[in-house]
Amino acid sequence: MPADSKPSVAPVKSTGLHVGKVAPGVAKVDPIIIADNVSRAFGGLKAVDVDHLEIPRGAITALIGPNGAGKTTLFNLLTGFDKPDTGTWSFDGSGLAGIPAFKVAKLGQVRTFQLTKSLGMLTVLENMKLGAKGQAGESFWKSLIPAFWRPQENEIEEKAISLLERFKLDAKRDDLAASLSGGQRKLLEMARALMSDPTLVMLDEPMAGVNPALTQSLLDHILGLKESGMTVLFVEHDMHMVRHIADWVVVMAEGRIVAEGSPEEVMNNVAVIDAYLGSHLDTDLGVVTGRIDLKEIQAADAAAKKKGSK
Amino acid sequence: MDFGFILGQTLSSLLMPETIAYAIAALGLAVHFGYGGLLNFGQAGFMAIGGYGYAISILSFGFPWWAGILVGMVASVIFALIMGLPALRLRADYLAIATIAVAEVVRLLFQSTIFDNYTNSADGLGNYHTSFREANPFPPGRYGFGPWQWSQDELWNRVFGLVVLALCVLLVWALMRSPWGRVVRGIREDEDAVRSLGKNVFAYKLQVLIVGGMLGTLGGVVMVLGSAVVPGNYLPSLTFYLWTILLLGGAATIFGPLAGSLIFWGLMSFLSVFLPALSTVGVLPFSPAQSGVLRYVFVGLALMLIVIYRPQGIFGSKKELTFNAR
Amino acid sequence: MHNHGKPLTRSPKLIRTLLTALIAGFALATFAASPAVADEVGTDEYNFIFSGNVTYQGNPLEDVLIIVEGGGYSAEVETGADGRWRVGVPTKDVYDITLVESTLPEGVIVSDEGSDRITLTDRGATIEAEFGLTGNKTVNFFLGQGERVTVPFIDQFIERLVNGLNFGLMLALASIGLSLIYGTTGISNFAHAEMVTFGAVITLTFGVHLAFPMWIAIPLAVVLSGLFGWFQDVGLWKPLRRRGLSIVQMMIVSIGLSLMLRYVYQFFYGGSTHQLPNPGSARIDGLGPIVISPTSLISMGVAIVVIVLVAYWLTYTRTGKATRAISDNASLAAATGIDVDRVVRIIWVLGSSLAGLSGILWAYFRPGIKWDMGWQILLLIFAAVVLGGLGTAYGALVGSIIVGLLVEISTLWIPSDIKYVSALTILIVVLLFRPQGILGRRERIG
Repeated sequence: MPADSKPSVAPVKSTGLHVGKVAPGVAKVDPIIIADNVSRAFGGLKAVDVDHLEIPRGAITALIGPNGAGKTTLFNLLTGFDKPDTGTWSFDGSGLAGIPAFKVAKLGQVRTFQLTKSLGMLTVLENMKLGAKGQAGESFWKSLIPAFWRPQENEIEEKAISLLERFKLDAKRDDLAASLSGGQRKLLEMARALMSDPTLVMLDEPMAGVNPALTQSLLDHILGLKESGMTVLFVEHDMHMVRHIADWVVVMAEGRIVAEGSPEEVMNNVAVIDAYLGSHLDTDLGVVTGRIDLKEIQAADAAAKKKGSK
Repeated sequence: MDFGFILGQTLSSLLMPETIAYAIAALGLAVHFGYGGLLNFGQAGFMAIGGYGYAISILSFGFPWWAGILVGMVASVIFALIMGLPALRLRADYLAIATIAVAEVVRLLFQSTIFDNYTNSADGLGNYHTSFREANPFPPGRYGFGPWQWSQDELWNRVFGLVVLALCVLLVWALMRSPWGRVVRGIREDEDAVRSLGKNVFAYKLQVLIVGGMLGTLGGVVMVLGSAVVPGNYLPSLTFYLWTILLLGGAATIFGPLAGSLIFWGLMSFLSVFLPALSTVGVLPFSPAQSGVLRYVFVGLALMLIVIYRPQGIFGSKKELTFNAR
Repeated sequence: MHNHGKPLTRSPKLIRTLLTALIAGFALATFAASPAVADEVGTDEYNFIFSGNVTYQGNPLEDVLIIVEGGGYSAEVETGADGRWRVGVPTKDVYDITLVESTLPEGVIVSDEGSDRITLTDRGATIEAEFGLTGNKTVNFFLGQGERVTVPFIDQFIERLVNGLNFGLMLALASIGLSLIYGTTGISNFAHAEMVTFGAVITLTFGVHLAFPMWIAIPLAVVLSGLFGWFQDVGLWKPLRRRGLSIVQMMIVSIGLSLMLRYVYQFFYGGSTHQLPNPGSARIDGLGPIVISPTSLISMGVAIVVIVLVAYWLTYTRTGKATRAISDNASLAAATGIDVDRVVRIIWVLGSSLAGLSGILWAYFRPGIKWDMGWQILLLIFAAVVLGGLGTAYGALVGSIIVGLLVEISTLWIPSDIKYVSALTILIVVLLFRPQGILGRRERIG
């Protein structure tokens, strides 16, 4: 991955997102997500321990931090894929604590996964159609009678095809998703998320494992989401990837928010540099992240301790 | 060796009620596993529910035959809920163990002397045929030709079974081409992804368990229409034979279970006469009883070989290969 | 004649009345016409038939429970209005026929005089019966007047407790093996049941058919079981791991293997039950309420010693530690330089040896050796393993003891023909509320 990936056109940055002095947990002018006191521990290790966090609406926010900082865990908590030990959080004004993942998605907060979850044995088009909300044909009884769902199905197909064209996947529409390259799957997953017209798109490491040639187009697409009125929150562990497109950057380390601010401010922040060069530099195993990273690092730490004690 | 007899036995087995019943129950497993990705190892339990539900309704409560089938179906839905509410949250291998355990509990309870008045414990139930035979539209006589010759009752059992099979095939086809089927196949691939798209995965899995289980129940009814309900028939081996049939034909196909059942029963019947015949004429150096056992050895071997070398089955395409490590 | 250590007070003055009538062997014809009701069990399926007539002072007694057990088969029957009962059995073995005294009317008991093959237990009176030249055998009990002595609940409880412990320890040998294999390879190995049977049938082959002394036959069977495990790993499982089969595929392969092996055993050993020499029906006196045979005592001793050795091996040896490391995280273990393939092979050998040993103990516990004997307890083994937490050896031990005790003790309240139901129900409940098992960690499930 080239460290200086840039979108093809210089983006217009949103500014004036926060209220008052920039600090971890600073209030936002128009927050879409507000989280309070959210924590999650695995065994003895506190993976996430966030006192207060607000995500600004209509902007691109990057959640960055070294491996094992708890970014993906926080993501899982916010989207209902994992349950926190403590805390409350809300999306668009409605409380989300205890709400199952599928309902969170129905509310308009749609996520993608770091290890892409394209449905391999479904075609690209089927993957897309699955993303659409409120389908009559998805109810058991109505599915038996095509008259109930055929017209809607045609609309969904049109929409899917136009999105596929935008993401340059229309040529692959009848291929199985499993036959796509890693980068194409990332694009598919993002396009599929858009099928539901979400308010907030949460992307978990959209650039990880993507062919450098595709990085630029991915960045363009993320900017495109903002232009069409969506809020974007994405996880990234390479700071250099985010500075060109992010309006706001939240830095996590060891489960806590250590810094917030515009990309420029954050990159010059001492706490951030500490976070990256400090504790976890030795366990930065590359791009092995996602939901398994935490456990592996935990285990690696444990193993290292064992070795040390021998 | 009487090849005419062997061929006749084999051909005749293709239209046995068992063949039709296994095809229906295996189609249910296709819904569970092939389309929905659910590792149900308790299909024998659903079949037992069908058989007992039908027989007990008629014998103990004097219901007509069609009401017996309805009772079986309702019991099957309840059973699916009891099995599914705990088990569907589990990972694949845990689900397999849980479902096989639930099915065994059902069988042991049917076999137990506690409910002897209803189940007749280990002896099972019989003589509930009157109501069904009264509904027979075929006048008394012999029907068919060659290896397929039946009395009016035997014909009625088979025709009814085939009609049920056809309706089930139609149902599964209609479901799987619809958006509902798309969600279900999506869940098979990755349930978290489908969840992230706002679908209630648990509800879908429960629906899948119920639909597939109902087919198992219908298979169970068709199997006992003309015979008897014996608890020893509903051992876990029954479930494994259904799995062999399913994987033989192709797990995510509509006609795979039917083809698998024809092949399974054709071969089993063929071997059941061919192997003892071989040992009688001295080609095989062991007793006819031993040669009879051999075919089950082949079933086990076949199951292993299919899963290893052709997991998509004979008629499945690699496109819908369904073994995800989950 | 009291051939057991338990003091049994019976009314000393029994007014004995011989009241039973013999049913001719060829009464079959008259019975075949009558409908199959509760006083006949298995007479249609099987050709060997026990029958009898329970009467007291000339009057037939209805609804008296008779239990026929032997050769791995058991059936229960209640006498009809005419006092008669008939039970078909699959093989021409020696069977224990028990009349359950609690189902007799008040003041009527079974007399143990007049037959030297009768045993009185707290359940009732048991006659050992076998067929002569025909397939029919009449078994009658002599009823007399007397006071039934119920064994105190606590004594019954202690007896079941000891039995349950014995059964649990035997299960533990099998489930520790299954759990270790699951932990290191991820396979839910259904063919583990056939590893259990393997130990028993090999003991039968060497100990009975080839007439080796048992002290050679049994260790030999354990060693051969281990070798069978090694062979399975080399010939099947390692190549499959190399092919990259998913855990679901491997599980179904193990089901196929299980099916195949079971019928291979039936092919060679037939469908009947075989006995090992000296199953040891004698009981050790002087243990108060504890009723235990020398065989059971030895069996429990062997199981405990072996389990302690395995625990020591897992905790203190290099390979044992490596095993636990692999169970925890295989790729990490591989990264730290553990030869995963070697350890997995050792685990297959160990797990299979333990299963084989467990099969031998199971053969004495049942008693008898049958082609599907391992399969009969497979779900109990799975229940034990899941109860303790899949993949943890200590959990499997604890789970097995719980399952063993539960199965035996539950028969104090529930009929013995559904005693496995309690264990399976526990399995389902544990999966529902604590799928990681009682000793497992939540994070394992992900």
